[in-house]
Amino acid sequence: MSSPGPSADLAAAVRSGARSAVDVLEEHLAVIDAGEPEIHAFNLVTREQARERAAEVDRAVADGQDPGLLAGVPVALKDNLCTRGVPTTCSSRILEGWLPPYDATVVTRLRRAGAVTVGKTNMDEFAMGSSTEASAFGPTRNPHNTGRVPGGSSGGSAAAVAAGFAPLALGSDTGGSIRQPAALCGVVGMKPTYGTVSRYGLVAFASSLDQIGPLATTVADAALLFDVIGGHDPADSTSLNRPMPRVLSVLDDGVQGLTIGVLTEFLDGADPDVVARVRQAAEALTSAGARVEEVSVPEVVLGLSAYYLIAPGEASSNLARYDGVRYGLRVDAEDTAAMNTATRSAGFGAEVKRRIMLGTYVLSAGYMDAYYNQALRVRTRIIAGFDTAYRRYDALLGPTAPTTAFELGSKTSDPLTMYLSDVCTIPSNLAGHPAVSVPFGAGDDGLPVGVQLLGPALGESTLFKVAAVVEAAAPPLPAPVLSAGGRS
Amino acid sequence: MAEPPRLTRDEVAHVADLARLELTEEELDLFTGQLAQVLDHAADVSSLDLAGVEPTAHAMAVTNVLRPDEVRPCLDRDEVLAQAPSVEDHRFKVPRILGEAP
Repeated sequence: MSSPGPSADLAAAVRSGARSAVDVLEEHLAVIDAGEPEIHAFNLVTREQARERAAEVDRAVADGQDPGLLAGVPVALKDNLCTRGVPTTCSSRILEGWLPPYDATVVTRLRRAGAVTVGKTNMDEFAMGSSTEASAFGPTRNPHNTGRVPGGSSGGSAAAVAAGFAPLALGSDTGGSIRQPAALCGVVGMKPTYGTVSRYGLVAFASSLDQIGPLATTVADAALLFDVIGGHDPADSTSLNRPMPRVLSVLDDGVQGLTIGVLTEFLDGADPDVVARVRQAAEALTSAGARVEEVSVPEVVLGLSAYYLIAPGEASSNLARYDGVRYGLRVDAEDTAAMNTATRSAGFGAEVKRRIMLGTYVLSAGYMDAYYNQALRVRTRIIAGFDTAYRRYDALLGPTAPTTAFELGSKTSDPLTMYLSDVCTIPSNLAGHPAVSVPFGAGDDGLPVGVQLLGPALGESTLFKVAAVVEAAAPPLPAPVLSAGGRS
Repeated sequence: MAEPPRLTRDEVAHVADLARLELTEEELDLFTGQLAQVLDHAADVSSLDLAGVEPTAHAMAVTNVLRPDEVRPCLDRDEVLAQAPSVEDHRFKVPRILGEAP
């Protein structure tokens, strides 16, 4: 049986007046003060705004109002989510100092639910990376071992939750950028169905793949945050205008009668200790009453290549807006074209330049058909492969990442090796499907392993049911080295 | 589908120009190798016979998303312009274009 998560407990205590939001905040700020110098999860801690906001929540409670489902709960925001008047950098020099003139829809919804946002988390520049090392402001370190990466690109959000800096965080997931760092940091991370969470105010990387989603210490907390941020938004034309899956109410439903497929293609490239944990999770689901079988979806092996043609293609177009004219950095030059070039060359880091170049190339005359259009056809094939599997299976199971957290610096000189970290997460983005990473014990090196559950479009309810059962069966994970007093 | 020829250094320089990026000689060498490696990996996609398969641009495509044609509040002009590197008379200001006098 799942219990309410720590965030639900905090919110309940604040709503009833048993605890003050200000006290809850100060406790978390103290944990941040103690651990942040070593972890560097944040680009900015918005201490004073958070204090004002927490006091506002307390006043609402004192006045007999209900501040909402996340009353007084500290939440960390990935630094690609626009916050009005608060710097939003995408960990890029090109946006350093920029103050967005509006809030992202998810930020507005958090506020309406009574949450207290505590800061903007570090990330790979423009969400392009798998280790948070491609940040213009220096890497984030994994709270379980500070010599290891936290994963990426939402590495700051995952590390913040793992270190107890905030019980909840938002990330964005274009090819695994929520789930992979969640796995590497030992927290829960979920990528919703494309269109269920508004992208209004999320700085665009690859618009047909980007989704905002929750990171939390428990499945129940991730469910709570998903329920708060999800739902149609007229400000995002790709937002789905139909009933959304509600997940908080299904967490105790169990897996009796469900059929779950273990995705063999995802096991093939994974380390043996990671595979062992996936098999152990499969056994736990069998014991809980699910039917579990191995299944092959051969199309998914094409996902990585297709993704690294489609995502850079979309990125090269989206990042054309950084031209030194309307916001952000400008490096002056004699004419506008030279100013554009000087600004972009100085403002973007190496990985962003690589992806812009790759995207520009695959969209250029003569190559578009061989690369980009071909990748879009592969996308059709991957969706068809999943559709076939989901006629028989309610959910699929596999590793989230092929390895546990790797050493800082070990993959930065070899982009293709870094890209391979996303091999198990990318297919869900290409298909627009939901998927969740649940911590499931440790690998041989003592570092967290995440198992991933994948579902069909709008299959969130089933995913969360299965995730709750997996979580309940998970072997214990050693506490992060820095968060001795941090977990609430 | 026939595989495209391997990426050359000159092509990388041309693409950089299209993308308004200025690369150093060292960056050109590095990126040529790295991008060629990624494109080589993509040969498993570019070499497939997918004739007759429809491309998917959006997995959850929604079409004809319209809103009522009503006047609504929009972003505050001064707040937006305050973020611009250079402004004159409530407009974005840029250096000269196409050889006009500054």
